[in-house]
Amino acid sequence: MTRPLVVVSDLRHAYADGQTALHGVSFQVGSGDRLAIVGANGAGKSTTLLHLAGCLLPQAGSVRVADLLLCRENLSQLRRSVGMLFQNPDDQLFMPRVFDDVAFGPVNLGLPADDVQQRVMHALAVVGATHLSHRQPHRLSGGEKRAVAIASVLALSPAVLLMDEPTSSLDPASRRQLIELLQTFEQTLIIATHDLDMVLDLCPRTLVLGEGRIIADGASAVILSDAALLAAARLEQPLRLQACPVCSGAARRPSPPPGR
Amino acid sequence: MARIDSSLPDLSDLDGLACRDSPIHRLDPRIKLLTTLLFIVCVVSFDKHQLSALLPFAAYPVVLLILARLPPAWILRKLLLAVPFALCVGIFNPLFDRTTLLHIGSLEISGGWVSFASIMLRFALTVSAALILVASTGFDALCLALARLGVPRPFVVQLLLLYRYLFVLVDEALRLSRARAQRSFAGRGMELTVVASLLAQLLLRTLDRAQRIYLAMQCRGFDGEVRLLRRLRIGASDVLFLTGWTAILLALRFLAPAPTLGQAIGRLLPS
Repeated sequence: MTRPLVVVSDLRHAYADGQTALHGVSFQVGSGDRLAIVGANGAGKSTTLLHLAGCLLPQAGSVRVADLLLCRENLSQLRRSVGMLFQNPDDQLFMPRVFDDVAFGPVNLGLPADDVQQRVMHALAVVGATHLSHRQPHRLSGGEKRAVAIASVLALSPAVLLMDEPTSSLDPASRRQLIELLQTFEQTLIIATHDLDMVLDLCPRTLVLGEGRIIADGASAVILSDAALLAAARLEQPLRLQACPVCSGAARRPSPPPGR
Repeated sequence: MARIDSSLPDLSDLDGLACRDSPIHRLDPRIKLLTTLLFIVCVVSFDKHQLSALLPFAAYPVVLLILARLPPAWILRKLLLAVPFALCVGIFNPLFDRTTLLHIGSLEISGGWVSFASIMLRFALTVSAALILVASTGFDALCLALARLGVPRPFVVQLLLLYRYLFVLVDEALRLSRARAQRSFAGRGMELTVVASLLAQLLLRTLDRAQRIYLAMQCRGFDGEVRLLRRLRIGASDVLFLTGWTAILLALRFLAPAPTLGQAIGRLLPS
């Protein structure tokens, strides 16, 4: 068996205002796996991701990515193997043109200009956004912004992709496109989300967080059909696994009054 | 907040104009920047009562406006927006300086009015030159030019980010003000104290966003320097543009050809 790519052990974190976000979280992710992290608001999903991205340092416990321990000395090296997609693409696209933005990471790695150009165009091609390369980020639609933000991370060819709510505020068609795109990825994916239907499509494994602790960790198919467990974590079954209100008649509403 | 609503489309106009193609648009941004700076220095360096010598300088914005195929109405609208600032600077001159300087027929014109007119003319010339520069170059290309000309990086990065997030900030402010208007009735809820807390809210949100942007930058290896990959190249037309305008502007500044020009035009006119 190969060694796991990401190892988190007994990770704890409290924010400066005294609020504890993580009470000892441990899990491992193998190379090429797709893991969903789900949980209520404030359960610690984003805090966990921020640690994996090297934006926060563990106050207790440890994080290892590709055998590299997360600490101040290793930060820049660790960030090369990890790509983070932030929840709001506006926070992530800060350069004047799409091309510059996707090139930002590779240029910072000190790659030669030709190499950067090639990486940028490749990353844009993967997300189907080549035609946007000379546009300005603030003029893109929500779906386009998300695609470009993903390209900006892909251009660094990270081993692990971290995503914070990738499907939030996307229209259904853009959401579907994103899911299909992510299905083609071979990188390790760790996705924090409330979109359990996406988890069903994308991630074989699910980690359920609640108040900074792991409530459950296992196969998505099992966890997402466990209504009691999901309710305890302030979640609901994916809509596709719920009874269809039309077929079952369970939620049939009174018919509207005549004459309207 | 109607003002915010209506000024944002104007800003995006700027991007649209900068994307057009014309001989002026194709010039190297550094060349345009240097020429504009020279123009501004020439215009502001005249004596405060100077009026006639300034007039020929109008050739620069007019020629550029035509060559760059920019809509004059757009420049005029933008000029009008900035007029109050120039008025504030010049409006007291006629009050303080009442010595008669000019006679037109029986009308006596004081030095104050002349210097006031001079200020307004300088304002119109310099601001329209700057507007043409931005509208024919684009903000990011201009920042790149600044960086290549040796302006310290932190300033350039500040300018780039300022322009990028201006739109986000205006959006945010707009949402806040709509939310307030929604629940304010008959002037209640529109008091200054509410505006203060709205502004405080905006500041807090901005600080939060700055933090998130910084994290996103760090995740992609930001080390304090923003590198733009674009290559700039100075060609023959760039050299010609810079030397041509430098010669013309310096001639207008130091040879004072205004009277001669005036006489020449006067001779051409049918008497």
